[in-house]
Amino acid sequence: MRDIHEHSAGEDLVIKTSVRLLVPFIQLFGLYVIVHGHYSPGGGFQGGVILGASFILLALAYDLKTSQDYMPIWANALLGNLGPVIYIGVGALCAIFGGLFLDYSALDVLIPLGPVEWRSFGIFLVEVGVGLAVMSIMLLLYWNLSSGGALDEGL
Amino acid sequence: MIWQLDLLILSLVVICAVVTIQLKDLLGASVVFGIYSFLMCLLWAEMGAVDVAFTEATVGAGVSTIFFIAAILRTTRRSKD
Repeated sequence: MRDIHEHSAGEDLVIKTSVRLLVPFIQLFGLYVIVHGHYSPGGGFQGGVILGASFILLALAYDLKTSQDYMPIWANALLGNLGPVIYIGVGALCAIFGGLFLDYSALDVLIPLGPVEWRSFGIFLVEVGVGLAVMSIMLLLYWNLSSGGALDEGL
Repeated sequence: MIWQLDLLILSLVVICAVVTIQLKDLLGASVVFGIYSFLMCLLWAEMGAVDVAFTEATVGAGVSTIFFIAAILRTTRRSKD
């Protein structure tokens, strides 16, 4: 684990320690919500918000720099653009392989799993794209709001 | 659905909405708005719309309250009107 006290601005040990212990579990829960989105309540949007909120919590308890150590600005921008690319790419692949846009059963030509399994698996791919996009946009919204657009310091 | 519970949560929701509008302290208003969102989440979960309740709990009560507070810290805390 990297030295997390490097950029520390506040001094409250209780908040810092509890956030440091909580953040991995919050992220694991966010991934669970994304992956189980088509079986149970949840999905890409909610899971993405939870993943973004974990980094926001890090920025609240420590510093904006600390959250940018764990999620750099370039990685955030890359993930935020990768999400729509996954979504549109899956839909366009379906159209290319002879189905309608986002008709996942057409992807059976690519990897033969059966059309029913592809309909279940395709919605999972789309949810991953939605989750990545929502996570990075939520984090970017918080960075911009709390630092006045400078993305260097705040709260 | 238990209609007594519905009525209780709904009246609390209305009270929180009125308090949010009437408060002059914007930080307090955003905190009460977080309570409003969480009560809305409870109401939806109680009526069986678990997915909507989940969205309300994460977006409404969780992230948007933080956004409001971050915006207040960058602007002013007192309402002008």
